[in-house]
Amino acid sequence: MFIIDCPWCGERDQSEFSYGGEAHIVRPVEPEALSDNEWADYLFMRKNTKGRYLEQWVHSAGCRRWFNAVRDNVTYEISATYKPGDSAPAAEHAEGTS
Amino acid sequence: MSGRRLDSGGRIDRDRPISFTFNGKSLTGYAGDTLASALLANGVSIVGRSFKYHRPRGVLAAGAEEPNAIVQLFEGDRTVPNPKATQVELVEGLVASSVNCWPSVDYDIGAINGLVSKALPAGFYYKTFMWPRTKWESYEKIIRAAAGLGKVPDQPDPDYYEKVNAHTDVLVVGSGPAGLAAALSASRAGARVLLVDESSEFGGSLLGSTELINEQPAATWIEAAVAELASNPDVQMLDRTTAFGYYDHNFLNLAQRVTDHLDTDSAGSLPRERLWRVRAAQVVIATGALERPLVFGNNDRPGVMLASAVSTYVNRYGVSPGSEIVVFTNNDSAYRVALDLNAAGVSVKALVDSRARGAGAPVDEIKAAGIDLITSSVVSSVRGARGVKAVDVHALTDDGTVSGSARRIDCDVVAMSGGWSPVVHLHAQSGGRPRYDDVSASFVPGVAVQSQICAGACNGDFLLHECLSEGAAAGVRAAAASGYDASSSVEAEARVATNTETALEPLWLVPAPKEPGRGPKQFLDYQNDTTAADIRLAVREGFRSIEHVKRYTLLGFGTDQGKLGNINGMAIAAKALGQTIEETGTTTFRPAYTPVTFGTWAGRGVGEFFDPVRKTPMHPWHEERGAEFEDVGQWKRPWFYPEDGEDMHAAVARECLATRNAIGVVDASTLGKIDVRGRDAGAFLDRIYTNMFSSLKPGHCRYGLMLHEDGMVMDDGVSARIADDHYYMTTTTGGAAHVLGWMEQWLQTEWPEMEVYLTSVTDQWATISLSGPKARALCEELSEDIDYGDDAFPFMTFRQGRVAGAPARVFRISFSGERSYEINVPANYGLAVWQHILDAGEKYGITPYGTETMHVLRAEKGFIIVGQDTDGSVTPIDLGMNWVVSKKKDFLGKRSLFRSDTVREDRKQLVGLLTEHDHEVLPEGAQLVEVPSKVTPVPMVGHVTSSYFSPSLNRSIALALVKDGRRMKGESVFAPLIDGRLMKATIVDSVFYDPKGDRQNV
Ligand SMILES: [Zn+2]
Repeated sequence: MFIIDCPWCGERDQSEFSYGGEAHIVRPVEPEALSDNEWADYLFMRKNTKGRYLEQWVHSAGCRRWFNAVRDNVTYEISATYKPGDSAPAAEHAEGTS
Repeated sequence: MSGRRLDSGGRIDRDRPISFTFNGKSLTGYAGDTLASALLANGVSIVGRSFKYHRPRGVLAAGAEEPNAIVQLFEGDRTVPNPKATQVELVEGLVASSVNCWPSVDYDIGAINGLVSKALPAGFYYKTFMWPRTKWESYEKIIRAAAGLGKVPDQPDPDYYEKVNAHTDVLVVGSGPAGLAAALSASRAGARVLLVDESSEFGGSLLGSTELINEQPAATWIEAAVAELASNPDVQMLDRTTAFGYYDHNFLNLAQRVTDHLDTDSAGSLPRERLWRVRAAQVVIATGALERPLVFGNNDRPGVMLASAVSTYVNRYGVSPGSEIVVFTNNDSAYRVALDLNAAGVSVKALVDSRARGAGAPVDEIKAAGIDLITSSVVSSVRGARGVKAVDVHALTDDGTVSGSARRIDCDVVAMSGGWSPVVHLHAQSGGRPRYDDVSASFVPGVAVQSQICAGACNGDFLLHECLSEGAAAGVRAAAASGYDASSSVEAEARVATNTETALEPLWLVPAPKEPGRGPKQFLDYQNDTTAADIRLAVREGFRSIEHVKRYTLLGFGTDQGKLGNINGMAIAAKALGQTIEETGTTTFRPAYTPVTFGTWAGRGVGEFFDPVRKTPMHPWHEERGAEFEDVGQWKRPWFYPEDGEDMHAAVARECLATRNAIGVVDASTLGKIDVRGRDAGAFLDRIYTNMFSSLKPGHCRYGLMLHEDGMVMDDGVSARIADDHYYMTTTTGGAAHVLGWMEQWLQTEWPEMEVYLTSVTDQWATISLSGPKARALCEELSEDIDYGDDAFPFMTFRQGRVAGAPARVFRISFSGERSYEINVPANYGLAVWQHILDAGEKYGITPYGTETMHVLRAEKGFIIVGQDTDGSVTPIDLGMNWVVSKKKDFLGKRSLFRSDTVREDRKQLVGLLTEHDHEVLPEGAQLVEVPSKVTPVPMVGHVTSSYFSPSLNRSIALALVKDGRRMKGESVFAPLIDGRLMKATIVDSVFYDPKGDRQNV
């Protein structure tokens, strides 16, 4: 069970939050201009990389607001949270997970 | 084996005898006993039968690792299956019995398995599952009857359980020398400390030890330490509490057993158990180590015990498990056991050490005590079928094998020690990877990945002085890491002998005159009867991963989770695979460390607290009217309202006909309702719904459909435009929360530039839906300020005004096909307005109806229910609802409607079905085939999604999703039913009643 630092409320227990999958997936502006493959890429394909991962969370039993988190999906360390629209903090070189 | 109570010694209270019953026999023990120590004191040697071969088994250990003494504890509604007798505290009147033996522990019919054991090799169960499939049902019955552990209670649990959330600076798990030292030094630094131990007393291994601290018995030091901790208000101490799970971000779960050791009066109103959910800044793991069995022939006979357990029974409980004991070891720790036994007046017949030994401290002491020390030798097997009668001792040759004749030594107990396995479970659960340490020949904690420190025996440092110094240091470090300035005097205050030991020599499989599998069985896992031969067989059959070997042989699958035997099994597998133990690795350590009861997990979340119950404002009226209720999500909805003697069929028929012919009323308050406001509300809904909402005029309503981005139907409902910047959205009853969350996500993450505000108003409005030809007449009586004329108030519009005196929004929409008015009033008016409408409508024959009639009426009209007629794989095109899909704009999911898969012609499509015989009702979920055939598999072309008897049509109707169904109209399909019947049905249009929609204007 994680401790998650909601950018609006501060640190709260994971039981107050819901997971929202990979962050920074932008909906195409003109979906109808896309090929089936391009649309499928947006719709289905996720990086699912081992280590540092940028993902969406929502404080569903709190302020009900969405935000992004930098979480290492091996150690489960959450190194940062930030608001939607903000860019992700740069990866520390020394992290060594990829 | 004949255990007996020693004349003196132990921490039991000899002035407080306790009577208890085991397997129907009345016995007596003392306060301070466990069930296991009391059984041994009463000379009970066989306590259970093994799982597969049903061999007689006795107490082997003295703690959580016990594999044999598994009991059914207490009776009736408080009975507990499978606790270990070694952890059950004796209380007055305690009743326990053996599990896994029938008809009795002494005469066991399953022991026949032992005689035919050649036919039950490793993987027996898997092989049986595979062949032949049709026989499995009969095998299963036999296996289940003979195997299996305890029984669950057959009545509701009379006790209650609690959950506690706690935060602490330092959580110390284990109160042996390392844990106590850690708690002392951390608390002296000012840190908040939570100290937990699974036993009834603090002290851990010291409670069963004769070692001295400050030249005093260890108990004196424990008493002082516990007193100091107890007097510190920042220290909380929990005994009878197992830290069983170590999760992320230093979150641990503890199970505290509160009342099982108390009599009824003392238990009072306390919960039976508590689940502690602890977030700790730092965790000190001082969980100690478990002694390892040695793997020799018949090492499961009652009387073969862990050496440390024998010494715990003697020192802590004043019980000798036998009268003539042979100690068998590959390390120095068992020398202490032999000396303790000797000092307690128990005859030690021999100390067999697999190592060569020169002179030195423990050797000299053994010799001085007059104990026969036999070095470079092993106990190769045990004699005696129902208990140890003698052992065969073989000398080891230079190449580590045995040959020649054995020396037979009569005895009734074998105290064995194969070294020690650190309890690395919590470390491993926390994400650490235990590493193999050659010196101790054990897996020790690796690098910590959370804020934790391992100390003492759980680190592979087994000597008392090491435990004390590591514990003290860990307490200092943990306190410092949580912000307290610390230094410790604990170690200096606990002077102990700084002895050293001669290294252990690993002995994973004791050499025997015959190959494993040919001589007496050499057990690794006592609960699952996994033997050394089974591991070798698994490797021969091609299993390479230790995780696969485990699953094939059941090694470590018992309720003891391999605490004893796994390491031996892994080492034997490693050797057979030609690998090192490090390469072979461990199996995964998962929570829970020891079993946790369902009661503890559930806590107070049972009965009415299991899930919130939502009721509409009109609920009391429904109850009074005698409605049968249906659960829809968390809502209680009236299902139907039976009148005298009516069954559901009759009630629904009456309700349907009354609605079609006069007027029906349904409580629709559970519909999800969302208030959508803001400058961009219309544009936003255009993106959410498949059809256009920005073009909707204020005062009008529209049915809308929502898709997931994959094009599949997600939810539907009617929404109204209240004003240019204000919509009132309705959703399905079950989908309300999801739809709100979904829209919030898009607004916040993708379209933050839109000015839209969403508010759930489901509970703010009561919704009363009137349907039928008399609905208009009744409504006109209820309102003075609303004109219900068709020109003034046409279909798919709404009006605001007063209904029965209450402020209301009235929507002219219809889910039944009849002329309908959906009256929304603020929730607090709901019951009064409902009551008023029912009274005023009496002269029109107003009839309340429930969800079942609502479903029949809508199915007659071919209206879908999302989640019943759709299942997440259905597009609006599949439903034939192209009319609701806008071509002019983009919306969520639109692009997916043109993917190669979604444009397939032969997708499953919504159709109607009429059965061949009018009164046959297809079961919902029935699979449909084109050609009935006895040859399986028959290709399936679809399934029934909704099916009812329609009172208006006086025949059955059904909706179904059928492959290419729209093109198959007029053709037949068949539904083969589970009872062997075959129903034939014709594919028809999905609208059965009033296809032109004329009833709307009646
Ligand atoms: Zn928040």
